[in-house]
Amino acid sequence: MSDKPRSMQGWLLFAPAAVLLVAFTHYPTIATFINSLFTNSSVIRPSRFSGLQSYQDLANDPVFWKVLVNNMWLALGTIPTSIGLAIIMALVVNKAIPGRGLVRMAYFTPTMLPMIAAANIWLFFYTPEIGLLDRALAIFGVDSHNWLGDTSTVLPSIIVMTIWKEAGFFMIFYLAGLQTISPELEEAAKLEGSSRWNYFWRIQFPLLLPTTLFVLINAFLNSFKLVDHLFVLTKGGPDNASNLLLYYIYETAFSFLDTSYASALTVVLLILLAVTALTQFFFVDKRVHYR
Amino acid sequence: MTNNLTQNFKLSASLELIGAYLLAAFWIFPLIYAFWAAFHDTQYAIHFDLFAPLTLDNFREVMSQAPFLRYGLNTFMLVSFILPLQLVVSTLAAYAFARYKFVGSNVAFVLVLVQLMITPEILIVQNYGTLAKLGLVDTIAGIGLPYVASAFCIFLLRQTFKSIPKELEDAAQLEGCGTLGLLWRVYVPLAMPTYLAFSLVSLSHHWNNFLWPLIITNSVETRPLTVGLGIFSAPESGVDWSIVSAATLLSVAPLLIAFLLFQKQFVQSFMQAGIK
Repeated sequence: MSDKPRSMQGWLLFAPAAVLLVAFTHYPTIATFINSLFTNSSVIRPSRFSGLQSYQDLANDPVFWKVLVNNMWLALGTIPTSIGLAIIMALVVNKAIPGRGLVRMAYFTPTMLPMIAAANIWLFFYTPEIGLLDRALAIFGVDSHNWLGDTSTVLPSIIVMTIWKEAGFFMIFYLAGLQTISPELEEAAKLEGSSRWNYFWRIQFPLLLPTTLFVLINAFLNSFKLVDHLFVLTKGGPDNASNLLLYYIYETAFSFLDTSYASALTVVLLILLAVTALTQFFFVDKRVHYR
Repeated sequence: MTNNLTQNFKLSASLELIGAYLLAAFWIFPLIYAFWAAFHDTQYAIHFDLFAPLTLDNFREVMSQAPFLRYGLNTFMLVSFILPLQLVVSTLAAYAFARYKFVGSNVAFVLVLVQLMITPEILIVQNYGTLAKLGLVDTIAGIGLPYVASAFCIFLLRQTFKSIPKELEDAAQLEGCGTLGLLWRVYVPLAMPTYLAFSLVSLSHHWNNFLWPLIITNSVETRPLTVGLGIFSAPESGVDWSIVSAATLLSVAPLLIAFLLFQKQFVQSFMQAGIK
């Protein structure tokens, strides 16, 4: 077979995917950049070039900075704790303990729920006075508190829920990682009289480092994409205390109908994601992509 | 001394076991709680009573207030639209990347991988505009189309196809197999575990997806369960916990039951998809 028809055939096979990817990923990415440089068009006034005006607005927009900081706090609050819990869960489930199947199911089930459903359930926990949390705290004489209505507790409340939702998902990656560790290592450590604690920190944890880096990056990417629960729990409030970048983009585009500004916000999100992904590509797992 | 050590080992092991069970109980508790509330009158959601009478009224109430059956049908149609198309489109593309050195294939592959990072929900503003131009706003196809070409699926299948010995392909070609015949008779059957893994991951992802379906739908005829549930449980008037719990359970039941029945396959699929 000569090369030319073979190359043609390759392109033909790739064509359906290529068309869809260009239409829904590459074209909109580029269009977002361009749109952010133009004003919104309306019936009376067509869109015109405005240069970096949107970005100047962005720099002066306190809500933008607020959601960015919130996103960072969310990532800092959820990722290390979720990873720690995920490792513990994986260590537990990886051993032959009684009721292992049930324990694994308990850890993993929140992952199978839509974020909206999780938010519905947790909304009731956080409701002032009649909510479960307040009634549990009342036993210890703690006063009722409006967890989701108070700017200082709303983000921590969401962080706790997110940890519950995500830890079981990360557990899966650690389970996969643990299965690559030879059981002989544990035997050897036992023979040497090494404690479990020692065995974990000296052997398991270092061997799981690639998994941790992988989970870290993906958890970070996810923390920007996960906003569904805000629709039920807080709508970004009170006073944007729980607002996140993607939710702000949604509000700007579909509630305030400011496409141009929403595009500028999307560009910021795209840059954040790109930087994260490039970090992964160059520092973490080159081998994964070009094996 | 060894005896002491084993005893220590045993003690710490049983303490760990208790911790593990407590964590499991804590983790499943919210769901058990929703389950309890859904089958009891609202007053018992607030004042717990183990012997409170069971009732199905909450489910009846949910069904009379919102068309959850219709939402369920919509979600079912949505995943039935997305998954087969994803598999077909990705199989073709993955085969091209695994076995053809076509002009620009390396650059094209990197451009495919871009979608791993920039998922369609990031580009809601532009994609809404595109679908409006195509006249697909508020259709099942409109919800699904941006997800049909999945970089994740292409990547997984390419890895699998590459691991299949080329000799098999040569042998099949000698027997007179064409390109598509080869794909269908050799590659697809050998990649079945990958197809299963991706299918379960994709199924759960799209069953649970919310933001994009919320934006692109605006009628009962297209709205999937998640969006229906989101609208149902965010009323400005007072919230009835038992009814919200019943609605929540109804929405997650099909996927949750499937998960409980095929727990092993689900966990393994997520694992397999994760490592590749």
